[in-house]
Amino acid sequence: MAGVSCRTVDANEAVARIAYLLSEVIAIYPITPSSPMGEWVDKWRAERKTNLWGLLPQVVEMQSESGVAGALHGALLTGSLASTFTASQGLLLMLPNMYKMAGELLPAVFHVASRTVATHALSIFGDHSDVMAARTTGFALLCSHSVQEAGDLALVAHLSSLEASLPFLHFFDGFRTSHEINTIKQIEEGQIKELISVEAILKFRERGLNPERPLLYGSSQNPDVFFQARERANPFYLACPGIVQSVMDRVGALTGRHYKLFQYHGDPQATMVVVVMGSASETLCRVVDSLNSLGYKTGVVKVRLFSPFDQESFLKCFPPTTKIIGVLDRCKEPGSVGEPLFVQVASAILNNVAKSWFPFLDLPRVIGGRYGLSSKEFTPAMAKAVFDHLSKEDPKGSFTVGIEDDLTQSSIAVDESFTLENKTLYEAVFYGLGSDGTVSANKNTIKIIGENVGLFAQGYFVYDSKKSGSLTISHLRFGTSPIAAPYLIEKPDFVGCHQFEFLFKYDILKGIKNGGILLVNSPFSPDETWDKIPREVQQKLLSERIQFFVIDAYKLAKDCGLGSRINTIMQVAFFELTALIPIDEALDYLREHIRSSYGYRGEEVVRKNFEALEKALKALCRVKPDGKSLGSVPLLPPVSEEAPEYVKSVIGEMIALRGDRLPVSAFSPFGAFPTATSQWEKRKISLDVPLWEPSLCIQCGKCVIACPHAVLRAKVYDPTFVEKAPEGFLKADGRYPEWDGLFYTIAISEADCTGCGICVDVCPAFDKYSPGKKAIQMISRRELFTKTKESLFEYFQRIPDVEKEKIDFGSVRQVALLPPLFEFPGACAGCGETPYLKLLSQLFGDRLLIANATGCSSIYGGNLPTTPWAKDKDGRGPAWANSLFEDNAEFGLGFRLGLDAIGQWARKLLVQFGESGWVDKNLVQELINVEEKTTKEYSDQRKRINFLKERLEALKFPESKILLTAADYLTKKSVWIVGGDGWAYDIGLGGLIHVLALNFDVNILVLDTEVYSNTGGQASKATPRGAVAKFATSGKSTPKMDLALMAISLGNVYVASVSIGADEEHTLSAFTEADAFEGPSLILAYSHCIAHGIDMAKAMHHQKSVVGAGRWPIFRYNPKGYPDGKRLKLDWDKQTSDFEKSELMENRFRMLFLSDPERAEELLALAISDCRNHLDSYKRIG
Amino acid sequence: MSVSLETTYLGLKLSSPLIPSASPLSKSLDTVKALEEIGAGAIVLYSLFEEDIEKEALHLERSLTIGSESFAEALSYVPEIPGLRIGPEYYLDHLRRIKETVAIPVIASLNAQSPGQWIKFSKLLEQAGADALELNIYSIPCDPAMSSSDLEQKYLEIVKACRQSTKIPIAVKLSPYFTNFLSFSTELAKTGINGLVLFNRFFQPDIDLENLKVEPRITLSTENELLLRITWIGILYDRIKLDFSATGGVLSANDALKAILSGATTVQLCSALLFHGIDYLKTIKNGIIEWMEKKGYHSVESIRGILSQKNCTDPSSYERAQYVYALSVYPSPSISGLEKKKTT
Repeated sequence: MAGVSCRTVDANEAVARIAYLLSEVIAIYPITPSSPMGEWVDKWRAERKTNLWGLLPQVVEMQSESGVAGALHGALLTGSLASTFTASQGLLLMLPNMYKMAGELLPAVFHVASRTVATHALSIFGDHSDVMAARTTGFALLCSHSVQEAGDLALVAHLSSLEASLPFLHFFDGFRTSHEINTIKQIEEGQIKELISVEAILKFRERGLNPERPLLYGSSQNPDVFFQARERANPFYLACPGIVQSVMDRVGALTGRHYKLFQYHGDPQATMVVVVMGSASETLCRVVDSLNSLGYKTGVVKVRLFSPFDQESFLKCFPPTTKIIGVLDRCKEPGSVGEPLFVQVASAILNNVAKSWFPFLDLPRVIGGRYGLSSKEFTPAMAKAVFDHLSKEDPKGSFTVGIEDDLTQSSIAVDESFTLENKTLYEAVFYGLGSDGTVSANKNTIKIIGENVGLFAQGYFVYDSKKSGSLTISHLRFGTSPIAAPYLIEKPDFVGCHQFEFLFKYDILKGIKNGGILLVNSPFSPDETWDKIPREVQQKLLSERIQFFVIDAYKLAKDCGLGSRINTIMQVAFFELTALIPIDEALDYLREHIRSSYGYRGEEVVRKNFEALEKALKALCRVKPDGKSLGSVPLLPPVSEEAPEYVKSVIGEMIALRGDRLPVSAFSPFGAFPTATSQWEKRKISLDVPLWEPSLCIQCGKCVIACPHAVLRAKVYDPTFVEKAPEGFLKADGRYPEWDGLFYTIAISEADCTGCGICVDVCPAFDKYSPGKKAIQMISRRELFTKTKESLFEYFQRIPDVEKEKIDFGSVRQVALLPPLFEFPGACAGCGETPYLKLLSQLFGDRLLIANATGCSSIYGGNLPTTPWAKDKDGRGPAWANSLFEDNAEFGLGFRLGLDAIGQWARKLLVQFGESGWVDKNLVQELINVEEKTTKEYSDQRKRINFLKERLEALKFPESKILLTAADYLTKKSVWIVGGDGWAYDIGLGGLIHVLALNFDVNILVLDTEVYSNTGGQASKATPRGAVAKFATSGKSTPKMDLALMAISLGNVYVASVSIGADEEHTLSAFTEADAFEGPSLILAYSHCIAHGIDMAKAMHHQKSVVGAGRWPIFRYNPKGYPDGKRLKLDWDKQTSDFEKSELMENRFRMLFLSDPERAEELLALAISDCRNHLDSYKRIG
Repeated sequence: MSVSLETTYLGLKLSSPLIPSASPLSKSLDTVKALEEIGAGAIVLYSLFEEDIEKEALHLERSLTIGSESFAEALSYVPEIPGLRIGPEYYLDHLRRIKETVAIPVIASLNAQSPGQWIKFSKLLEQAGADALELNIYSIPCDPAMSSSDLEQKYLEIVKACRQSTKIPIAVKLSPYFTNFLSFSTELAKTGINGLVLFNRFFQPDIDLENLKVEPRITLSTENELLLRITWIGILYDRIKLDFSATGGVLSANDALKAILSGATTVQLCSALLFHGIDYLKTIKNGIIEWMEKKGYHSVESIRGILSQKNCTDPSSYERAQYVYALSVYPSPSISGLEKKKTT
């Protein structure tokens, strides 16, 4: 269409644009996968972009989604146009207010990137369980099925809400649509102006709260009138579908894109029809076309307006010939007769069977099924399987498709050989690392092709669950017509393998077309490469006649000063090999992109990328296997053969990207998973690893304490273990006077190292004749595929640890000898949070329960396939659980209450046993009355319990079995409530303060990164003044909230503020004091984060400057007082480093100086004063 | 008796010869304004370092890309900021704002790396309104293959390039580390520049004995450093037709007067102002006036260079032969220190 601009965007951007244009108030809160919509509007607000009326919308970040809903409700009642973006639990938190908004017929618009609601597990991925949980609120539910639709129907939602006087929930599939990039036609502002009804806005304004013409909302009604008044809304719901359709028609007339509330696609005389909502409808449409071309009579009904459900329009869109209807729901409602769409469809048919217009020749059968939970792929083969199932004589209802349900046999068979004819021009799949720039490059390629060349482009990106060394898989399609294929590429023309070792780990040639192209980033020359790759890969290259190319992108990137960023290089190679556009033209576009994307980052960055671009073509080489023989290099197994069976058969399959094939019976019905599994996932993600130099080491333990990934371990041990040690095992004479004559080793698990370099930074020991050489230094890992180093670490692990009761918990070097029960997390390289958790596990891991708020720590702590919480030699270890984001303090309190209750029960039983003479009374008295404070005391109590257990087993009374199950509760457990600042300062603040005030013995550890790290660095109330963060793009204007002071004000709480990088011993003291404190404790732990923009390798040293500058005072407060009579110990109150200098080492502060220096100066001055004020407050407490 | 402190430096009319030198003093608009009010004749802005711009760009690039596009929940960790600028823009904006704030001449200081960048930045500074340029040329020559004359040639090329590409006056700020400073200065003068700023002071490595580390360190200048400046300005004055600005070691009115008497058109102040506060500029100014009044001089123009090598009664006092004598009469602390204490 003339004047229509094509843009290549994802649905989040397309939707946010419409919301921004049509809103006056936007309240936001980060939640995956809707966060980018909030980020877009925050960005546009900072750029001072105006809405449709030339005004700047109010954009405000709230403390939670319930806060967002409250703010929207208020804004709407004043007559302003208000909207928000959310998903999953966020939507659930809004439910109470949604009822209110609907009850008052307020035209709110919620855009929802629909996401799974957490049940047996959290999932960030997409299904309709959140939206369907909101279906009783009275909101209209409007569903978009593609990126194009999301932009268009976002507009329909805004216009309809005003005209229908009803709140709208516009939703689209989380990730599959929200994050899919596609070439779409964008509705221009002028067109929107033509469509919007000013009258509707004015009418809405008229009923807004205004003291000039006062009204009252939110009355309290009684049985006499509530019912009638509630029914008063009926006309609006009855009119709504007609209004939505009329808006769709007006949009269609203007754009040429025509939408129906219910859109039928298929044979006009179909007998089998599937009803579906969301992106799967596009897959079904293509399958229907394919089947019908073979003579089938099939169709699909795409549901757009789920509520208010227009039964007549819905039924009339079916062919009268329909005999069987399959209804696919992307959610699960256990215990119901069927999922919501199924119930809606079945009810609509039964409700209207007697109507004169009832369209069906025969009453059709309706069969419901579930698909795609948590973004489970819905492939053309699965779509066809649904029709195959419907064509059976007696198809089962409540079926599932896409999984194997070997327990209740709900699943239907899928013929995986079925694929659709490829209608797109070119399909490419790329395997890369998060850190190598693969996804950035591919997003750029899509933009180049989608916005410049006249082709349509689609991109979808799959990420793994790790935050460091994460695998990314990019799926790119290019075509001459719009691309409607919301499923992963099955038969790529091109495969890019950007990491050589992926050839050994994954089936990257899966489905590749005969004669297709494989491009590998290989550290070897073309001649060498063939012999280095696995035999299986060689075989497939030959059998499929694949064109095989290599480029040493890492070497080239290093030569050009680009570090590990190989994006530009691999992009050039892609354009050269695929010839989608002439290479010279492609290079021009790439240069333009480099200039526009990196230009503001400086000439040097542009120059380096230009250099890489020029050199890449020359470095690209073809490997011709002609005459070469097959080698014998095997593929790498996902986990060691020595791993437990469950790890091999379930977790290993997930690691190998075959988790989709695991059957239902493979999982615990309770959602429980074994711990200590990360040890089996040897990821080998870092090329640089530490090397320990025994002769230089002073055995201080700092590197071991600081390592965020528990890769470095220290032990002192008997000399006999040296004799048996394998060759290459490093050792030193122990420097522990308390354990004279023992040996000392720091072992390094290279296969688990992320290469962060923190260990080198904290190491204080160096060669006195070559001071640049430290006792720990980074070296290149040479043995990529050999097990030598792994076996050295394995030997080290078999050496017994020093007994825990001999360890002085006040000594860093001794605590470093304790085995960590938190190891190899998938956290970011150099993470600032994990050293605290590791320490927690070392100190109290054998009696530790952790309630973990949703956030980074729940992701690296609990995201499958493997989890880092581990066990000691006796099988004890932290018991860990995550409930939600907002309720963690309450959740952890529940642990305490439950443990105390069971403990009470155990003690009561024990007393009875003592009184009955079944157990020695002295033992009973000791078990009940003994003090448990030191490790020795805990150990002694365990011995008593073991003795009791032996006695109970011998008794063989039925009652003794009961006490046996409760005996473990006779020893004190340590309950720790862990979470980030987003939880503690914002969404969970109310609960946190309440739990502290209740005075139970719980410990709260706040891993304070001063932003919402897990969702990408949004500001929280912990964000310091002047820092730039998402949702505070112009620099946060208010000071960091003083949570410590709030807790101190309660008067009963132990409070500490710690920084492990600044002072390890102080951190140890705080942890042990908090654990020993009989009552609630709160530890605020400074946690550096990649969102701060610091040199992560020097992050621990940087913490010293943060503390030294007064930005993060470290202290301990004991309301019961210390022996010297003081309650507050200000442990570092002297300013030892410059405040400004310390802040400017962090990009989050620097960025403001680069963008708005005057504001930056102003906020800096205020921030200095904030810190001074905080310090003065603490000093006054004394 | 009224005393005139007016002078002409690089062709610019200044109300006084006192110039706050390239330093953090010029980072705040308020400070610059206050310096003007208390009698600064001009201001030299802190240096625009190309190397800093590059480092900033690379740091930003790392910060913006770290962790991005790796994890589904957080495809980036830093917001896109409107108006984020890496490059000379921030400096140029600051220069513009200072020009809008004060009436005294504003001299921009530049340290670039490649000749092309010297030209580019010189032009930008001129366009942003700088009244003059101070080319702060310095790098530690660590390439054994580069001879002294190669190095001087490189400096000359930079200066020529900047001269040819801009029209505003140019001063070149140098270190004293040249084999024949007079010869090199003569060559520099031929390029058409307007003045020399003598001498630059640098961050130099210091050794941390406790931690066995080498760390850069800068100290405030001392009055002893002034003597080297006086020596060379005294030798160059009236031999080379350039203006001279003394920088480094001017800590008092007496120091300033000494520099002027040796031939300096202006004196640049930094350490004294950082140590005593910017109001100290007024003290120096008043001290100069007081001395001139006492001695009966009417203007600084009239006293400039009266004790330069050419004008002083004993020109050889500027030359090296005198060194032996000076040392021989220097009192040994073991003797004279005690003696002095006794007598005072």
